[in-house]
Amino acid sequence: MSENQIILFSLFSLFAPLLGFVVTVILGKRFKFMYLFEVAVITLVLLASISVLFVKLGYLPDTKIVSEFAWISLGNLPILGDFNLSLGIMIDNLTVIMLFVVSLISTLVHYYSIAYMKGDPRFNRYFAYLGIFTFSMMGIVLTHNILMMYIFWELVGLSSYLLIGFWYEKKSASDASKKAFIVNRIGDVGMFAGIMMIFVTYHTFTFDTIFENISSGVLPFNSDFWLTITGLLLFCGAIGKSAQFPLHVWLPDAMEGPTPVSALIHAATMVAAGVYLVARIFVLLTGDALFIIAVVGALSALIPATIALTQNDIKKVLAYSTISQLGYMILALGVGSFAYGFFHLITHAFFKAGLFLGSGSVIHSMHHEQDIQKMGALRKKMPITYITFVIFSIAIAGVPLTSGFLSKDGILAGTYAFGLLTGQWIFAIVGFLVAMMTAFYMFRLVILTFHGEARDHHKFEHAHESPLLMTVPLMILATLSVFIFYTANPVDAEGGWFLSKWVKTPTTVVPESARYSFMVSDANIEEIAHSEKIVHSVSYSEALHHAHMPAVFLSLFLAGLGILTAFLFYQWKKLNADKLASSLKPLYNFSYNKWYIDEFYDATFLAFTMALSRFLAWFDQTIVDGIVNGTATITRFFSRFTGGFDTYVVDGLVNLFAYVSGMFGLILRKLQLGKVQAYVVLVIFSLVILVFLFTNLQIG
Amino acid sequence: MQQVPLLSLITFLPIIGMILILFLPKNNEKVIKSLTLAVTGIQVLLGIVIWRFYDYSLGGIYNQASFQFVEKFRWIEISSVSWLGTIKIDYFLGIDGISAPLILLTAVITFIATLASWNIKTSIKGYFALFLLLDTGMMGVFVALDFFLFYIFWEIMLLPMYFLIGIWGGPRKEYAAIKFFIYTLLGSVFILLAMIGLYLSATETLADGSKVFTFNMLQLMNAENYTADGILSPLNPSNLRLWAFLALFVGFAIKIPMFPFHTWLPDAHVEAPTAISVILAGVLLKMGTYGILRINYPMFPEITNQLVWWIALFGMINIIYGALCALAQKDFKKLIAYSSVSHMGFVMLGMASLNTAGVSGAVLQMFNHGTITAMLFIIVGIIYDRAHTRGLDDFGGLANQMPVYTGFVTIAFFAAIGLPGLSGFISETFVFLGAFHVESIRLITVISTLGILLGAGYMLWTLQRIFLGQLNPKWSALEDLTAREYAMLIPLTIIVIALGVYPSLMLDLMNSSVNTMVNFLLKSPETFSGLPF
Repeated sequence: MSENQIILFSLFSLFAPLLGFVVTVILGKRFKFMYLFEVAVITLVLLASISVLFVKLGYLPDTKIVSEFAWISLGNLPILGDFNLSLGIMIDNLTVIMLFVVSLISTLVHYYSIAYMKGDPRFNRYFAYLGIFTFSMMGIVLTHNILMMYIFWELVGLSSYLLIGFWYEKKSASDASKKAFIVNRIGDVGMFAGIMMIFVTYHTFTFDTIFENISSGVLPFNSDFWLTITGLLLFCGAIGKSAQFPLHVWLPDAMEGPTPVSALIHAATMVAAGVYLVARIFVLLTGDALFIIAVVGALSALIPATIALTQNDIKKVLAYSTISQLGYMILALGVGSFAYGFFHLITHAFFKAGLFLGSGSVIHSMHHEQDIQKMGALRKKMPITYITFVIFSIAIAGVPLTSGFLSKDGILAGTYAFGLLTGQWIFAIVGFLVAMMTAFYMFRLVILTFHGEARDHHKFEHAHESPLLMTVPLMILATLSVFIFYTANPVDAEGGWFLSKWVKTPTTVVPESARYSFMVSDANIEEIAHSEKIVHSVSYSEALHHAHMPAVFLSLFLAGLGILTAFLFYQWKKLNADKLASSLKPLYNFSYNKWYIDEFYDATFLAFTMALSRFLAWFDQTIVDGIVNGTATITRFFSRFTGGFDTYVVDGLVNLFAYVSGMFGLILRKLQLGKVQAYVVLVIFSLVILVFLFTNLQIG
Repeated sequence: MQQVPLLSLITFLPIIGMILILFLPKNNEKVIKSLTLAVTGIQVLLGIVIWRFYDYSLGGIYNQASFQFVEKFRWIEISSVSWLGTIKIDYFLGIDGISAPLILLTAVITFIATLASWNIKTSIKGYFALFLLLDTGMMGVFVALDFFLFYIFWEIMLLPMYFLIGIWGGPRKEYAAIKFFIYTLLGSVFILLAMIGLYLSATETLADGSKVFTFNMLQLMNAENYTADGILSPLNPSNLRLWAFLALFVGFAIKIPMFPFHTWLPDAHVEAPTAISVILAGVLLKMGTYGILRINYPMFPEITNQLVWWIALFGMINIIYGALCALAQKDFKKLIAYSSVSHMGFVMLGMASLNTAGVSGAVLQMFNHGTITAMLFIIVGIIYDRAHTRGLDDFGGLANQMPVYTGFVTIAFFAAIGLPGLSGFISETFVFLGAFHVESIRLITVISTLGILLGAGYMLWTLQRIFLGQLNPKWSALEDLTAREYAMLIPLTIIVIALGVYPSLMLDLMNSSVNTMVNFLLKSPETFSGLPF
């Protein structure tokens, strides 16, 4: 398979789902089995991306393949110079791994949905929407420029909108879809501003060209500060799409969509796009930008974790857990631990998709019950779902032998090393704290759902294991949550093929003055060429090395503690959760009500905008239009006045004149004698008077 | 193709149609409608012919040689009119990359609007006669290169519009029609004043070497043609040129409509029949921005350069203010009207950038807004025809009742929001990229980006209120689209998608002219403010 074939296969993976969408949406109403077309398409896409994955990673691990075509070429312009925008794809290792993850999970979700969505009146439409989502997501993954990424970014937003609101008869669903789109747009406006900054500085959108320019010293408005701002503006897109604090509020609501959609879009792929974006622009992020990104990531890891502790809706717990884990990834990138951030994105995609599909399986068999307080004891009825769910849970909790352990441990080690190097320990503290909370709330979920006694006997009676179409995807994802796919050593991923061969931290292009001291660019690689890890300075490698073992033990201890506490509370009932909740009532309420963040937004931004809009509408109608109508009224008044003046004064004068003339006429009529001589006399007489008058006037 | 007077044909074909209609018997509805459809259909074909033979490399703007399909001959010639000397006015038509997209737009929109007029019930003959007269007026405005001729077309368009709203409109039609008429007429007076001022300030050298006052737009763009003592001469130390610019600007701004002159628009839209709303939003609003580009910019380049900040500011106000007003509306049609105010703000913002990206974005936005808003008004018309109400809160759940209709609505709404892949995105992006490039209006541009957020807000809320949720049983008899409605929506949808995916179709058409304009504005301020005489 040559480079050209890789490009061809990638383009097929991009456009085939679009074809699937168009065909299914147009013919779906007429042919009942149209969804099979979409399923067939996605299966082919999976095969294509698997072959791309193997060829690229196996034979061309260090090559970057680019293919582009001119989209808008305006030539050489006055003021702006060359203005040529191209669309193109760039295939490196990140791309093919993402390509594989997206198409695999998408395919699994397609098959799973055949069973899950059975009997839905808009069955075909659903599959069409999955198609347009896959298309847009592939676009984000494959693109080689930031504008095109923005284009697909928005298209992903559209497909997310359509799928969250798929059951739009429910008000809550249509509200959630609208909220998701608009909250995402807030982030996108920031991202767009970043794109404008890029354009105004570099007159191009292509990642590689931008990076080359930066490394040769061309900065936005010639300052480090504006490079930081540019990076942060672009990061705004990630805050929206990856549901990071403070724009995370849309993701829990997005659970209104069908559960397989939550698995595909709101857990595994689309929400990871933000992380992917940060990974793509990682090399242009300055130290300050990365630090702020780390802060956002830490907050997004921490806040939702505290909320997840008390939620009772199985999908809400998973949603908050997703935000928290995405926060981890962002945090990892922020502290410079690029490879682990991306690694966690991949491992998380598999086990979180698994958790959602597992919860879908539960919800399906419990007749759309989502409250875990009404579940319990389901492990007997649903053994496959139970076992896979536990595997996913230990993966997310970070228990050894799982993929999640490897990636999460790497992130924690990264924050620890960051502490060692900079003295900023807060990220490490948050990281470890969240690890414990994650273990706790995940096992709370597992125990309440699958263990103990059935709390709703009616629903329990009818519960049953899901069909193979649903359980096989679970098994596949559970398999992929085992360490062996990423490295041979179950406690350290560093030497594994995933990190040593496939995903390497790129060298930064940021000027030395503006980057983390431990980061290295191409320019000073040679000085430290003896070191194996050329992307970080020696001190960083050493710090990471020192951090590794403490991080492993600490995280193991905390995860174990979290799991143990969960068992003490919910399985063995040694501790009473309700009692604790009532003794910590304010804290409990704060967590249960999601920190009142939605209420805060509703009361401030939303209320302000609506009030402003109502005020302006009033202003428009009453004041602006009032002035227009007022002018008209005044004009009419004046016209009545002048009309009156016209009628009574001007016309009056005319009439008076006519009247007077009439009177004179009456008098003069007496003089009309009907005799020519008399007229002649009159004329002469008049003439004499006239001449007399004129001569006198002239003299006068 | 030079020997065929294509522009005269495309402009006056409707007049021929109108005359034919006037000779037809009153009750012959079918023939009247078919005739109008044929006339506007031929116009579309002529538009395509023009597009086909258009030379993309020619710039136009100020140079007659690089205008295309030019027709020019002496139209009015009166010798020895007291101190004025000889009055010579040309019949002068021609197009460049600024007007060509608008010709195409006018042809398409008029054709679609004819289909939208199909369910007009009363006085068909009068309606279609006026409709065709309006068509000629609109085309004429975009092809005229003589100011006098331009003004005549501008006024021709006004009259039929007044009657079309005032007779075939809704409950408050008289109010809306008079408001529209007087407002536009007020603008015309300003334009007329400035036009006469320009006429008396500039001369054109004839073949025999004599100089006469001129209405020729291209001559008026040349600083050397202004007489030293002309009132609007660049040499005149008073700031009369600024006032003339403002007079023209206000005259055109009323048409855009620019805040605070926009309040005629919601009223006119709400009262006008669907087809007239389509024309109003699709074509008429563009005359305002076109006028500024064609007349204000190249005739007053030095003032334009000074005032771009203000143009951008008012663009921003339009964007934000229009969007916020739209958010508060309860009437579907009024909401779309305010969204037009917001979207025309993007045109102004783009124009203010004075660089290729921004100006191309502005011209493209004129075209895209024309097609997208035409779709939106057709959509409003479709639901109003069926339900006889436009209250946003009266509906709900129509998605299941009218799925195909909902599909088109979704495309149109997302196009209006500026979703990538649909045409609105490209023009908005170009406007923003261009405007952000200019340091003085950078902050304004950044604030304006809030418009795309607010746009998503009111559009999606509308979508939710009308189409999502449970169906109100009152509407369970509503039917999905008819063949005629398909015929209106499908062509527009194709244009919206095609220009979203491959915008070069339009951008290439306008690129040379936009560049010529940008260069002209870049260099001519010196000749206009300097002393070349």
